[in-house]
Amino acid sequence: MATTETNDPLLQEITGPTPAQMLRKRVFGHQGLLIGAGVLGVLLFVAIFAPLLAPHDPYAQSLMSRMEPPVFLGGSWEHPLGTDHLGRDYLSRLIYGARVSLMIGAIAALISGVIGTAMGVAAGYFGGRVDMVVTFLINVRLAMPVVLVALAVVAILGGSLQVVIVVLGLLLWDRFAVVMRASTLQVRGREYVAAARAIGASTPRVILSEIMPNIANNLIVVVTLEMAHAILLEAALSFLGLGVQPPTPSWGLMVSEGKNMMLFEPWMVLIPGAVLFLLVLAINLMGDGLRDVTAPENRS
Amino acid sequence: MSPETSAPVLELRNVTKTYRVKQGIFGKAKPLTAVNDVSLSLPRGEVLGLVGESGCGKSTLAKILLGLETPTSGQVLIDGKEILAQDRLSLARRIQPIFQDPYSSLNPRKSIFDIVSLPLRVHGVGDPQEWDRKVREILDIVGLPARVMNTYPSQMSGGQRQRVAIARALIMKPEIVICDEPTSALDVSVQSQILNLLGDLRREFGLTYLFISHDLAVVEHLATRVAVMYLGRIVEESDVAGLFDEAGHPYTQALLKSVLTPEPGLGVPDTQLGMAYPNPIAPPSGCQFHPRCPVATDHCKRVAPRPVETARGRVECHLFDPQSPMHDAKVA
Amino acid sequence: MSKPLLSVRNLTIDIPVGSGTLHAVRGIDFDLDRGETLCIVGESGSGKSLTSLAVMGLLGNNIRRSADQLEFDGTDLTTASPRTMRALRGGRMSMIFQEPMTSLNPAYTIGDQLVEALLLHKPVGRKAARARAVELLEKVGITAAESRLSQYPHQLSGGLRQRVMIAMALMCEPELIIADEPTTALDVTIQAQILRLLYDLGREMNMAMILITHDLGVVARVADKVAVMYAGELVETGPAAEVFNTPSHPYTRGLLRCIPLPGKTERGSELGTIPGIVPSLVGDVHGCAFRTRCPYAEAACQDTIPMHGDDSHEFRCIHADGKRHAEEEVPA
Repeated sequence: MATTETNDPLLQEITGPTPAQMLRKRVFGHQGLLIGAGVLGVLLFVAIFAPLLAPHDPYAQSLMSRMEPPVFLGGSWEHPLGTDHLGRDYLSRLIYGARVSLMIGAIAALISGVIGTAMGVAAGYFGGRVDMVVTFLINVRLAMPVVLVALAVVAILGGSLQVVIVVLGLLLWDRFAVVMRASTLQVRGREYVAAARAIGASTPRVILSEIMPNIANNLIVVVTLEMAHAILLEAALSFLGLGVQPPTPSWGLMVSEGKNMMLFEPWMVLIPGAVLFLLVLAINLMGDGLRDVTAPENRS
Repeated sequence: MSPETSAPVLELRNVTKTYRVKQGIFGKAKPLTAVNDVSLSLPRGEVLGLVGESGCGKSTLAKILLGLETPTSGQVLIDGKEILAQDRLSLARRIQPIFQDPYSSLNPRKSIFDIVSLPLRVHGVGDPQEWDRKVREILDIVGLPARVMNTYPSQMSGGQRQRVAIARALIMKPEIVICDEPTSALDVSVQSQILNLLGDLRREFGLTYLFISHDLAVVEHLATRVAVMYLGRIVEESDVAGLFDEAGHPYTQALLKSVLTPEPGLGVPDTQLGMAYPNPIAPPSGCQFHPRCPVATDHCKRVAPRPVETARGRVECHLFDPQSPMHDAKVA
Repeated sequence: MSKPLLSVRNLTIDIPVGSGTLHAVRGIDFDLDRGETLCIVGESGSGKSLTSLAVMGLLGNNIRRSADQLEFDGTDLTTASPRTMRALRGGRMSMIFQEPMTSLNPAYTIGDQLVEALLLHKPVGRKAARARAVELLEKVGITAAESRLSQYPHQLSGGLRQRVMIAMALMCEPELIIADEPTTALDVTIQAQILRLLYDLGREMNMAMILITHDLGVVARVADKVAVMYAGELVETGPAAEVFNTPSHPYTRGLLRCIPLPGKTERGSELGTIPGIVPSLVGDVHGCAFRTRCPYAEAACQDTIPMHGDDSHEFRCIHADGKRHAEEEVPA
């Protein structure tokens, strides 16, 4: 902005960037966020278009071509990442596995997000008894070891994709509740909330239109963290044989199935492990980046 | 002032607000009386300045008037009608706030149009076309061009934001506006613009203000009546000339003394107040001001003064109570 | 005249921002003698706080400071090593900030922090340091000083915390104190007490003081010398009485007209305003920064602006007859 000789004192300032423009600028200036979003985008694309991208049926067994090595270890282009112990194409299983991981991550984060946000916002906004109850529930939940409880429930109900999703969704709301409670407490004291109440706005309106937009950035960050968390837990459960059941292609299951051959064919563990690592890293990079670019918005 | 305009538009009768404050997890809750037996009446078109140190209860009083807090006891009447008996929306139509910090009073995620039109939408007044027209109109009144409608608070300066807050408060044409330190977060050169605007709006729309401020020079300039609050009580209330020209209560005198006018060579005044504002959980006995009062006696420590009517208003101090043994000490 | 304690010539502060360079402070000069109080007055964005941080060597890493001269008692601060600066800061020059809650460490007791401030700079024992802490707490008017040492900052009121900050700044008997809005967060009654305290201590210990404030009332009452800053430049400097009685720069006059003067400004009358906003200081900044808001602006205001006045009372304006305007505009 150059110093212009103007009689309109408002002109200069109000031609400044809108919050949306500033956000866009920060997003495109944040490398971690761009890398994370890029990798996640590719994986999402792969998951959605799995049937079109996978060279083989991920369930088709071929006992004639078991444990063929990937192409960079001397295998053939017929199976670029080799085949597993039942002769199934490793690349195709990997591609379909992305669906399982992303679906579990997204739905579990959604369920726990709804539960945790409702509890946290209610606690932060209403305070008093509501807050006491929610804080108690959070503490109870934090006292439970997630993996053990998940193991026990899955062991009783039997492992399946649906059970894993629901169990994780019902277990991972604690961080949502804690973060949303703290953010709501902070925003609730702002004068624009008091102004909206003094205008006569109803409580749902105050929460949805005054409070939620101002805590959404924190919510998004927790969503990414919990997605990564859920994906890792699914892999762990599947590895222990209590998660997604064979023959469904899941990366955790693939690591588990490969572990017997780990000494002779380490790639069977390393390939799904690496993809899992990449996915979780991408999500975390994106979460970190989102936190960085959305946080300074309110300051001026 | 003609008789019909001087009927009180806002009246407080013995309003008390007590909170229960817990100290520590196992501590017993103790009562904190933020507003203590406050009675005030505010005629239409007047500006009541409310002054006092932080923690004296003036913001709690404002919240009670806005319906954001309910009094523990006592009555608040607007146009003779109890506010607790009114629903949220009809109260909101009559009384609106302007807050201190224009950086906190506007939702940063909403455009100026959204912020200013919120009252219309909440009250279900008109259609989008009318909202647009009314927002333009009120923005013009507060001195902002219509093109700010699509901008966001972060793009504006403090003074412009405060104008937006005023527009939001006035768009429903309320009768009473609670101004809670409306200029203390603003620069000097912007402060006078906002004060002028508030004065113009009052004349134009016949508004009644409750003007809360710690800046006595500003209060003197804008207010027609002034109430001084100390530890939740109104210790003195008077018309503005009476208060500033012949302050009665020693606390009011100390407050007036501490005003630093830009007059070089006068030095910094000695207010003769002890330094600490008392803890409102354990208020002093007798007259609550006695620990800081330069003229306090044993009588003040034991006996709480009663409100005494004066020619210009009311004061709560033994020195002015003809029935108090201290009445004669005033001369000394 | 002996050499001044602090001598600043052509101090310039540039801040790189996304769209270029923000010329936050542009070529300011001032001198400060021992025992003298200089008030730098200005509105937000005038660069007054940056100026004080620049003297203390506390600017952020990305901020560029340059000066033809920045000398504290013969030490050139522009070339001083970080080690020298650390020894000076808190030792021979110390700073008091606006918000005492954020500048005291909540994890340590008052006593620990006071003692630490001394032990860092002086070769004294812990016991002697404690004794000094008690002495200073008493000096700044804190009762039961001995028992306060074991208290934490959150246990004290705002006024007490600011007193502790002052005591801490005085621990090493500094020759220069820089106070940045030391009373802005406090109530008026406490403000008067703190200012009085600072003023008296400054006299008593023959300290030089730079007081940064936006409050003209504060300036008038405590300053020996006044420096009015606008948009990164000193527009007027001089002895307090002269600046207030014959304000010669249009901005100074404008500011003084913005505040209601009890007893002088007619109650309810229109206050003076300075329309417009502070211009952007990013990119090419030339001429008088105030010309966009100045009623006397002319084409020549875009060029280099000369200084007028005598040695002690100077102002930067193309109109050399600023004093005449002052007599016309400001009521005596």
